[in-house]
Amino acid sequence: MSVTTNPERAAGRSDIVEAFKQAAWAAVAAAALSFPILLFRAGANINNMLVVRSRPLLVLGLVAAIFVARFFIVIWQSGRTTRVKSSGIGISPQTAFQLKALLVVLLIAYPFIMYWLTGPFGSLKWINNYGIQILIYVMLGWGLNIVVGLAGLLDLGYVAFYAVGAYSYALLSTKFGLSFWICLPLAGILASLWGMILGFPVLRLRGDYLAIVTLAFGEIIRMILINWTAFSNGYAGIASIPHVSFFGLPFEDDDTHLTFASFFHLHFMPIQQTIFLYFLILALALLTYFVTMRIRRLPIGRAWEALREDEIACRSLGINTTITKLTAFSLGAMFAGFAGSFFAVRQGFVSPDSFTFIESATILAIVVLGGLGSQIGVAFAAALMIGGTEILRELGFLKYIFGPQFDPVQYRMLIFGAGMVVMMIFRPRGLVSTRTPSIFLNEARTISGANVKEGHG
Amino acid sequence: MSVEANAKPALLEIKGIKTYYGNIIALKGVDLSVAEGEIVTLIGANGAGKSTLMMTIFGSPRAREGQIIYNGRNITKLATHEIARLGIAQSPEGRRIFPRMSVYENLQMGASLNNFAHFTEDLERVYTLFPRLKDRATQRGGTLSGGEQQMLAIARAIMSRPRLLMLDEPSLGLAPLIALQIFDVIRDLNKREGLTVLLVEQNAFGALKLADRGYVMVNGLITMSGTGKELLARPEVQAAYLEGGH
Repeated sequence: MSVTTNPERAAGRSDIVEAFKQAAWAAVAAAALSFPILLFRAGANINNMLVVRSRPLLVLGLVAAIFVARFFIVIWQSGRTTRVKSSGIGISPQTAFQLKALLVVLLIAYPFIMYWLTGPFGSLKWINNYGIQILIYVMLGWGLNIVVGLAGLLDLGYVAFYAVGAYSYALLSTKFGLSFWICLPLAGILASLWGMILGFPVLRLRGDYLAIVTLAFGEIIRMILINWTAFSNGYAGIASIPHVSFFGLPFEDDDTHLTFASFFHLHFMPIQQTIFLYFLILALALLTYFVTMRIRRLPIGRAWEALREDEIACRSLGINTTITKLTAFSLGAMFAGFAGSFFAVRQGFVSPDSFTFIESATILAIVVLGGLGSQIGVAFAAALMIGGTEILRELGFLKYIFGPQFDPVQYRMLIFGAGMVVMMIFRPRGLVSTRTPSIFLNEARTISGANVKEGHG
Repeated sequence: MSVEANAKPALLEIKGIKTYYGNIIALKGVDLSVAEGEIVTLIGANGAGKSTLMMTIFGSPRAREGQIIYNGRNITKLATHEIARLGIAQSPEGRRIFPRMSVYENLQMGASLNNFAHFTEDLERVYTLFPRLKDRATQRGGTLSGGEQQMLAIARAIMSRPRLLMLDEPSLGLAPLIALQIFDVIRDLNKREGLTVLLVEQNAFGALKLADRGYVMVNGLITMSGTGKELLARPEVQAAYLEGGH
């Protein structure tokens, strides 16, 4: 075994190093070219005098983009060449691991890079709208992936558990004054309980019928939240939910008691709380990832996958499908509960409007787009779908072409629909359609989905 | 003429089983017994109820009347997975392997029943029986050929170390040579390890040659039973199931 893994590992490392080298050269070339061309721009000031403006951010951004693009192109190409050589498909597991580690480091550095580039006020948008928003959906996507991708149970009411999590924190904190750190596990437990409550009646259902019942379940929860005003305050929602604290130290501009800023001898800035929220959701999302990856290797995880493949065969192999389904529902719901309570603490306000069917559909679309059962694909799909919507807001320049009435955000669903159609034609099994076996004998080899026809397994 | 299972105690005893699909009766009171260490085959035409009987033993659909006794215990009312845990393994009709899981993972699913107690040992055994599966270990189940899938289905059933192995038409859709190989493996398992086998087949000639005893099923009823040789020699059996000569 060691004989087979050592060269693989060496190859994996040299892949990364090689990609780094090539990316660095590309970046240097880009910098050399863009420095004279792009850095300075002649323009007129108010007094109509010629001035030279420098644009270091543009150049820096461009160079960084070229570096990243070149890096991934090289990695991708090396994956393609090894495919020919070793009959394995895709990137070697070592390279994949290093890429994931690099991605995590980048995600940790992200808020600080944005802060450094755009300052305390400019970075708010980047950390909040892009960072936190995308990570929430990454987490929800990973949670739903357990139910839909692994266990093969089509759940159209996943947002119900997100709502349960959000309202549990909202109610427990406003009515009983419990802190976020106590409510977070409670929200997870409550949501997973509701997952089981949904699970019991739908045990015998599969496919379309299951989808309809879960869809109804999502609506029932929302209707209860709207109509049971004594409990949930109806449409008005619950406002002034306490904000998150740094393990007890509040993020406040207050000199009378100990706060995060005074404890660490910093000046108070609202961005501190945003950055903390960013790391909180990053940690929660990574928790979801690692728990799922771990469980996939355990018997229960493989029972989920077997259940997705063939329920009757599962039973005749002695697998208790009742327990298998319930654990999938409740674990998936638990992560939605965590995400929900995070949502509540971030917004400070919850109302039934945030938990409509379109949310469930978006999360499901992320899972399908990413490739059912593929963790990394789901993350990319979330970034694409949620980040894409945010980027549409940035395209103000299109107004100059299509007239002042043009609002690109209005075309979100159109673009999204077209994207889905293109996806179904070119990559019917999702962005990442390969699946690495969770356990392997001598060497890990990905199993390509392309070899198996859709509908035939 | 019926030959009772000899002095050996019956491992599986089916008494007067009636199974319905809605209002349609599929099994009209079936009696059958399998003694420990025997190969028993059940032959019959399409729609005779062979697969229904096999699925009824596994509790889905459940028998409406009658009793299924396994190892002295009434298992008629048990859930499918509980029946499987008693040491009955099944290679169901249509193979039902897990198409998107690798061959290796399929075999693991078979072993999950007894918590992987003898996993590496059993894996080696299965690879010796079906060397082709070893070559295909990292491939998706769905990409295997029909014969390989059948091998995988049987191998997966063996991985749970069953006392009773039930095979539903293992030769279905296979080239005659591959079917023979599979019959050889069944005989081998029975001879060397004393595995009890209940074999449902349409390939009556091969099955009766292999089996110690056989039952013939027509329209939800057992019409004949006897040793494999006896049944092979009977003119009714020859006329109905062995026409065309083998």
